[in-house]
Amino acid sequence: MALLHSRRLLAAPRLAAAASRASSWWAHVEMGPPDPILGVTEAFKRDTNSKKMNLGVGAYRDDNGKPYVLNCVRKAEAMIASKKMDKEYLPIGGLADFTRASAELALGENSEVIKSGRYVTVQGISGTGSLRIGANFLDRFFKPSRHVYLPKPSWGNHTPIFRDAGMQLQSYRYYDPKTCSLDFSGAIDDISKIPEKSIILLHACAHNPTGVDPRQEQWKELAAVVKKRNLLVYFDMAYQGFASGDINRDAWAVRHFIEQGINIVLAQSFAKNMGLYGERAGAFTVVCKDAEEAKRVESQLKILIRPMYSNPPMNGARIASTILNTPDLRKEWLVEVKGMADRIISMRNQLVSNLKKEGSSHNWQHITDQIGMFCFTGLKPDQVDRLMKEFSIYMTKDGRISVAGVSSGNVGYLAHAIHQVTK
Amino acid sequence: MAASIFAAVPLSPPVAVFKLTADFREDGDSRKVNLGVGAYRTDEGQPWVLPVVKKVKQLIVNDNSLNHEYLPILGLPEFRANASRIALGDDSPAIKENRVGSVQSLGGTGALRIGAEFLRRWYNGNNNTATPVYVSSPTWENHNSVFMDAGFKDIRPYHYWDAAKRGLDIQGLLNDMESAPESSIFILHACAHNPTGTDPSPEQWKQIAAVMKRRSLFPFFDSAYQGFASGSLDKDAWAVRFFVSEGFELFCAQSFSKNFGLYNERVGNLTVVGKDADNVKRVLSQMEKIVRTTWSNPPSQGARIVATTLSSPELFDEWKGNVKTMADRVLLMRSELRSRLEALGTPGTWNHITEQIGMFSFTGLNPKQVEYLIKEKHIYLLASGRINMCGLTTKNLDYVAKSIHEAVTKIQ
Repeated sequence: MALLHSRRLLAAPRLAAAASRASSWWAHVEMGPPDPILGVTEAFKRDTNSKKMNLGVGAYRDDNGKPYVLNCVRKAEAMIASKKMDKEYLPIGGLADFTRASAELALGENSEVIKSGRYVTVQGISGTGSLRIGANFLDRFFKPSRHVYLPKPSWGNHTPIFRDAGMQLQSYRYYDPKTCSLDFSGAIDDISKIPEKSIILLHACAHNPTGVDPRQEQWKELAAVVKKRNLLVYFDMAYQGFASGDINRDAWAVRHFIEQGINIVLAQSFAKNMGLYGERAGAFTVVCKDAEEAKRVESQLKILIRPMYSNPPMNGARIASTILNTPDLRKEWLVEVKGMADRIISMRNQLVSNLKKEGSSHNWQHITDQIGMFCFTGLKPDQVDRLMKEFSIYMTKDGRISVAGVSSGNVGYLAHAIHQVTK
Repeated sequence: MAASIFAAVPLSPPVAVFKLTADFREDGDSRKVNLGVGAYRTDEGQPWVLPVVKKVKQLIVNDNSLNHEYLPILGLPEFRANASRIALGDDSPAIKENRVGSVQSLGGTGALRIGAEFLRRWYNGNNNTATPVYVSSPTWENHNSVFMDAGFKDIRPYHYWDAAKRGLDIQGLLNDMESAPESSIFILHACAHNPTGTDPSPEQWKQIAAVMKRRSLFPFFDSAYQGFASGSLDKDAWAVRFFVSEGFELFCAQSFSKNFGLYNERVGNLTVVGKDADNVKRVLSQMEKIVRTTWSNPPSQGARIVATTLSSPELFDEWKGNVKTMADRVLLMRSELRSRLEALGTPGTWNHITEQIGMFSFTGLNPKQVEYLIKEKHIYLLASGRINMCGLTTKNLDYVAKSIHEAVTKIQ
């Protein structure tokens, strides 16, 4: 009797829970997988070791490990505040001064494409939003193929962006884990076998996550193969200026492809190079056959944007536009973006020299060969784990570190730790 | 050179309301009046940056501790919580029971889109694109596109506007709900219906809720004018809160474009009310995935302004005052326009001008009369006869009233 009673007691709450779940529309909704990078940051936050380092963060930090608001950004904000502008809706395609300046920044002011007007640039929600507009546009209007070829590896969000837009994902060889550098022959081999009129995505500079970029000579060969296969080229440029410190040098591949007669599409982000992360300043560009085609393409891009978010946010675009279009601020920006790039490069150099000082016999040249915010160290998962557990140094399992998280104050500690787990 | 891959891309027609504004801008006539796009204007016909917004912006500019770092994917936490609290009320049982979720979005449109994308993936089965989505007839034209682009294949109108009696066709609406397939999604305008300005009364909302509950229909509220309609935040949120009190799970897409005047900062919020915390948690985790591939994380500026305002008692009061200023001016323009038309003896009845609520009025003018107004009188309004009351000022009221009188008497 007692047993029966207790069983009933046990059953009652379960039934109630089941009943309440069953009566919800969302009972069958699965819990989404946790974000892997977020997990790193969460663990970092919980760690009480004063020497802890967060090398997962994909945002620039100064030499004190703090977020850096560019001076030219502050000045631009002050200028904007003093003008007392209204807050009226932007056009669907965004702030014209911003989109024009973005296109000129990427393609070069003297670009024949700019002069002839055979392009359209729309403002997008930073890099992601710009990529997504392009992906949706291709899904709707690119008839020859559903397939988008990504480098292996690529930014983790590329795949779900294109997939949600209705495209199918393929890959081409890119990173060689044996050398921690570009698998150029593998890339050329794979790309020359891509079915004609497929879509290929290329990172314009500072490849994320590997930091491995082709040299200019290699870019020339890539352009030739891509042209031969008649592929639609989609450039993702999230680090112009931030990679080498020189905006023209970082845009070289994009401009070279266009000069070779390849009408690219391009997603730009101003999150990193202007430190405008949360303001979501970006742009999507289609290089067209002529100005008339550009008008048609523009009209269709607007039709895509309107049911997504109607029109884009003003603040980031206005700041970026003010900087790009005010000569003094533009000069100052170029100096500051070079400053950020230089600090990153300096940290790479210091890490390698410190590793040598530690007595490491490994070849760490890839750390200085790679470029941009990220570095594929070549560390294995178990080594990454040891770095986390024994040294409170946090990075993603693939051995990727954000060099932005390294400072002159902790580069020695990092080198010491890496040496300990790799000797 | 080979033919362009985009050779076959057709030129699409521009969005009507923006084309109207473009035409208005090009019009050189000094008497011109823009009664088209839905944005607030002062009595001088100027955009209005709310005084409280100016104040808060200055606080933000002066705060050197603030930076431009990424917001979390779902947005600024202080914004999200406050935004949902505004919609549901401080004493909302759903908030107390921890079964409310919020997703900061790019304006009201962005909130609608995230909600639509989620519903298409997870509502009424998995990826059930056949679930009927009902939008009012007429409705904001972008509703159709949002749900279509989210993948829904079956978007249907429900009776709403009764042109003959110039009011709500409540019976037609209820009939449509009775005959709708179970689990259908219904887009409901929380207040200040766009474009008709005609809202159900509380009694009518009760009838609507009863049918929806009985037939297991999903309420997706679009709330773009809270506070702006009657001048009272609570009054304008009555319908949403009633549905919550009736135990519905629902979505509410909120816009802060109009009531904060933050149009171009794209400040919106998707409020999710679920049966319990666990359901809401799972729903939000999936919405996060959708956000990540759409815009990654939302813009920070506008959300900061709203969060700062809503979380300070003084600034909150100041904001409510600013909102009432806007609502009162609209109410004044309504009564002034109606009284002029009645004084002129303009054929027809004009009480709907003051009975309707919010920014818009469905005048009842037909397309020919609208064309006359645009071409002959340089008064710009949508072909549907919708006018934005904010485009009226004490200076142009006489001209607009006389012109409407002419249009109605000359054109049939």
